[in-house]
Amino acid sequence: MSDANDGGPSTPDTPAVERVEGPGIAVRGDDVDTDQILPARFLKVLTFEGLGEFAFFDQRFEEVETDGTVEERETDHPFNDPAHRDASVLVVGSNFGCGSSREHAPQALQRWGIDAVVGESFAEIFAGNCLALGVPTVTLDGDAVEALQSFVEADPDADVVVDVGEETVSYDGRTVDATVDDAHQHALTEGQWDTTAQLAAVPERITETANDLPYVESTR
Amino acid sequence: MSENTLYDDVWDRHRVRTLPSGQDQLFVGLHLVHEVTSPQAFGMLEERDREVARPDLTHATADHIVPTDDRSRPYGDAAAESMLSELEANVGDSDIAFDHPDTGRQGIVHVVGPEQGRTQPGMTVVCGDSHTATHGAFGALAFGIGTSQIRDVLATQTVAMEKKRVRRVEVTGELDDGVTAKDVILTVIRELGTDGGVGYVYEYGGPVVEAMDMAGRMTVCNMSIEGGARAGYVEPDETTYEWLRETDAFAEDPERFAELREYWESIRSGPDAEYDDVVTIDGDAIEPVVTWGTTPGQVVGVTEPVPDPDSFEEGEREVARRAQDHTGVTPGESMQGYPVDVAFVGSCTNARLSDLRDAARVVRGREIHDDVRGLVVPGSQRVAAAAEREGLDTVFRDAGFQWRAPGCSMCLGMNDDQLVGDEVCASSSNRNFVGRQGSKEGRTLLMSPRMVAAAAVTGGVTDVREMSLVEADDAEETAEVTR
Ligand code: SF4
Repeated sequence: MSDANDGGPSTPDTPAVERVEGPGIAVRGDDVDTDQILPARFLKVLTFEGLGEFAFFDQRFEEVETDGTVEERETDHPFNDPAHRDASVLVVGSNFGCGSSREHAPQALQRWGIDAVVGESFAEIFAGNCLALGVPTVTLDGDAVEALQSFVEADPDADVVVDVGEETVSYDGRTVDATVDDAHQHALTEGQWDTTAQLAAVPERITETANDLPYVESTR
Repeated sequence: MSENTLYDDVWDRHRVRTLPSGQDQLFVGLHLVHEVTSPQAFGMLEERDREVARPDLTHATADHIVPTDDRSRPYGDAAAESMLSELEANVGDSDIAFDHPDTGRQGIVHVVGPEQGRTQPGMTVVCGDSHTATHGAFGALAFGIGTSQIRDVLATQTVAMEKKRVRRVEVTGELDDGVTAKDVILTVIRELGTDGGVGYVYEYGGPVVEAMDMAGRMTVCNMSIEGGARAGYVEPDETTYEWLRETDAFAEDPERFAELREYWESIRSGPDAEYDDVVTIDGDAIEPVVTWGTTPGQVVGVTEPVPDPDSFEEGEREVARRAQDHTGVTPGESMQGYPVDVAFVGSCTNARLSDLRDAARVVRGREIHDDVRGLVVPGSQRVAAAAEREGLDTVFRDAGFQWRAPGCSMCLGMNDDQLVGDEVCASSSNRNFVGRQGSKEGRTLLMSPRMVAAAAVTGGVTDVREMSLVEADDAEETAEVTR
């Protein structure tokens, strides 16, 4: 397309995300929805600050009744496991992040410490929200996900390398092919995932497009 | 790739340019805002010293956290109060029209847009809410977006998006009595899967969809997201135009209506449209359905046996098993008689006037079961007022239902309307995820408003086709029809 290169400046504080490297953490299961990632009651906030501690909250705590008193107790969810506390690469199943459009969900994961998510497939709004935070969502086939999950469970300290540009995931001395959506890959590796400045760079063209629409009252 | 579909045409008209990433920059015709996903976006805007670009194309309401019982200010829940105050401040500063609870227009964002005629064919509509797909019922391209994108839209009235493929979902035949739009969309999701729509938008069509009223089409489009599709739409036709003609947008401006109608007709997919995929669903075979699990695709006809987890493909077995552990259903048995504790008629899927009328047909002259807590939460203040003019509030109250003020309510349990412990809820909403209705042990059975009403009366899942329907008397029927 002839006009494909007038991107405008990227915002200064959106660094390129070429690769993410760090210990992994596995959350198993398919169709993990945004209500599981961050239950709705934690959306009653005016900022995203502090959401990290509520990631997967309802799976991390259970109420146990002993002698008539109800106590909240930690479950064996990986997000409770001190061995995984430094994890930055989350490994998930298929259709991860389905459900609501709440950006609070990836915000909570990122604020917990997650910098990249590797999985079999992602719900699209969720993946888009991750992109807006500079968090790559990378897909592998089902068997490769399973192998990686088993690896990070067995060795919580070992690094997993997610290479966004090369579309690979490396761990334990091997490298597997991954898939990154083309637009996401470009935005991440060029540091253009924060789109506001880019979108705002062409005010005349926005006005032109708007004025050509029969239903929009034209301006200027 | 698809060609000459409504999606292609409307997309191209709104495309400002292609971005270096390959995404398109799309102009947004209508930006709907609510209190839960917008405060952070307004905050980011301020941090960057930017202003709202097109307040005239932005419209706000409050729905997710508003209480449905005592609405005196300040709200009893301090967090809810602060969220509403924040929205009041943000829209005030930016000159954005706001359907405040004091205006008589407040309601669920996907109910108020269409009822005021703000949602129109051939528009792009976005909102920080995944059920924005609802507006596709009018032939608009409607997308749920995240908070960073809300910031982008506030700042520029445009959004960066990737074009998807188009799947035509053709529903043939004719629906049986007692079968509703809700049963249609739950059947579509059952057939195509909760992630079957990933990479697609759905164009719904065929005789069943053409015969639906606007409320039914909205129910169908609403749940596109539950099927994994990025959006869903129905081509505009006479039914669409009839709805729009009476709305605030056009009631006093027939010239504008005539002018835009030409545009609306021009965007239909037409005979030369090419789709990336076409799927046919046999409408004659659809029966009233109910969910047995914890995803909206775990659906079964009310007379059919609940499937055995072992009957699924390997990858889905474990998911099915865990879902059945949670809901406690028995494979091999039908859902009929499965006891319910709560009956919820509400949500952006099914809380429009025709949904309430539909539930009232079952409830009229009957009482809800002693063990059932029943809640009717109209989709908007206008729906509530219209229903009250017809006496529907009395029908529900007489039967033992609580008649509440409009909002999202028990659809997601962000206010006091929540399940307690492992209560089972017969719900006209759209998600049966674990914890969705406020209790992580709670169990949600999705069904049509009619089926919810039947379950409320009998105390358990019931085939509504076996219950006689009681129509309103003539006086009520001729009451003013308001959208
Ligand atoms: S009614 Fe439910 S699904 Fe609809 S907007 Fe409100 S919370 Fe979302």
